[in-house]
Amino acid sequence: MASLRAKTAIAGLGITEQGKVYGPSATGFAVEAIRLALEDAGLAGSDLDGLLVNPGMSWGESGAMASFAVQQAMGLRDLRLTAAMNLGGATAGAMIQQAVLAIDAGLASVVACVFSDAPLKPPKPKDAKGGGGSGSSGAYAFAGGLNAAYGAFGVNALYALLTQRHMHRFGTTHDQLGAIAVAERAWAQGNPQAQFAGTPLTIEQYHASRWVVEPFHLLDCCLVSNGGLAVIVTSAERARSLRQPPVYVLGMGQGHPGGDPLETLTSGAPVAAKTAFGMAGAALSDVTFCELYDCYTFTVLNTLEDYGFCAKGEGGPFVAGGRIAPGGALPVNTGGGQLSSFYMWGMTPIGEAVIQCRGQGGTRQVPRNDLGLVSGNGGVLSTHATLLLSPHAS
Amino acid sequence: MEAIAKPLPRVTPELAPFFEAAKARKLVVQRCASCGRLRFPPRELCSHCWSRDAEWVPVSGRGEVFSFYWMHQIYHPGFAAEVPYPVVIVALEEGPHVLSNIVGCAREQLRIGLPVEVTFEDASDEVTLPKFRPRG
Repeated sequence: MASLRAKTAIAGLGITEQGKVYGPSATGFAVEAIRLALEDAGLAGSDLDGLLVNPGMSWGESGAMASFAVQQAMGLRDLRLTAAMNLGGATAGAMIQQAVLAIDAGLASVVACVFSDAPLKPPKPKDAKGGGGSGSSGAYAFAGGLNAAYGAFGVNALYALLTQRHMHRFGTTHDQLGAIAVAERAWAQGNPQAQFAGTPLTIEQYHASRWVVEPFHLLDCCLVSNGGLAVIVTSAERARSLRQPPVYVLGMGQGHPGGDPLETLTSGAPVAAKTAFGMAGAALSDVTFCELYDCYTFTVLNTLEDYGFCAKGEGGPFVAGGRIAPGGALPVNTGGGQLSSFYMWGMTPIGEAVIQCRGQGGTRQVPRNDLGLVSGNGGVLSTHATLLLSPHAS
Repeated sequence: MEAIAKPLPRVTPELAPFFEAAKARKLVVQRCASCGRLRFPPRELCSHCWSRDAEWVPVSGRGEVFSFYWMHQIYHPGFAAEVPYPVVIVALEEGPHVLSNIVGCAREQLRIGLPVEVTFEDASDEVTLPKFRPRG
């Protein structure tokens, strides 16, 4: 089998306004992101023959047919490839992999991959009635389950259980988790699109932020964002004729471990990495920067371990001392990540990797952009996608 | 302000034997009728041998805290007066992990590895909830 290494490239990137942006629906954000990505690449809607959509939570049941909804909204005709895809935070990487495979197989030639979501609603006027706190418990959709009877709610809590195990087994500390939050916030100061641009963070402020679900402070948890983010994937040859410098897909892979992550504390990264680095013909030591899925500070620490930047359990000492911060030896989440820029699921790390590979990072541009490691993590360490991206085809 | 009740679990056909046992002060888990492996919470299939046949069997109710968190966020008004409250994953001596609450445990006392035993709390006429308390 001929290698897929550098056969395709990301040729366009579209990032809508992010955060507390009200008005567009999730579909509207998806269309806007694709429009921006096409414009960035110098392509038109009529150039698209593939469309992959990762619907965020606010799509609800309509997410099942999200690609058709976006196609209709954009008036796109005669597409040769579409799908709504969902494997949580690993979806974005998996969409790009699907696009690469389809392009290589001749099923499509220009594929838009998009994530969008609009979970935030505009604040109610001060005198408005209603909202949480006064309704009957019947209004809560999650009531009725066994876990709810014990007050066990939300994804934050599931990652809190993992983090508690990690702290117990390896002595990981809040100073170490906080070092990740502080490093990402420092990176965000160079990213004008970040929701926390202009709001630096100290380790003291991290420690002082309220508990959400202990051991997580508020600042251990990612943002919630309205917005959309799209990329355009095409053949390497076609990408070279377009407006932006191509960002080549050198390697890709997936890993979905199954079992109970609470026992293993291991994501799908080891499995995904083996495929991806094999394809790229690269080693971990070739990686010059990382864009890692960071639903929580813990996820970054654990992902660094799972790729082998340090041994399992040594993630805490690894991130301490500014190693992943601006000026550190291993730049990680250079746009501020999901903790400090915006939460577009797996598209947040991919978008930033594209910017870095193109050398368009401005004041946050990494010194060496030769090989970016991009991870997507979904569920509770349940699904994983790896991309190895580079400005160089060889 | 009028107190708001905590959410009660629905007694689904799948969970009925669990609640029936809890009412009788017994903790039960599912056992695969084909390969004998224990599992909780109840599932349609055994993930080892894929058999759909299962029975409910009593367990000791003894185990240790495998992980836990202190919930500070109010997701449901029924818990508003209790935040922060602990949610624990208990590793039963027989193997399965059970999500529950710990009672009669000081904040400083709660740690991974803490030996615990089951206790029962009546939430309604129909529903009794197995919870855990420090042991020995």
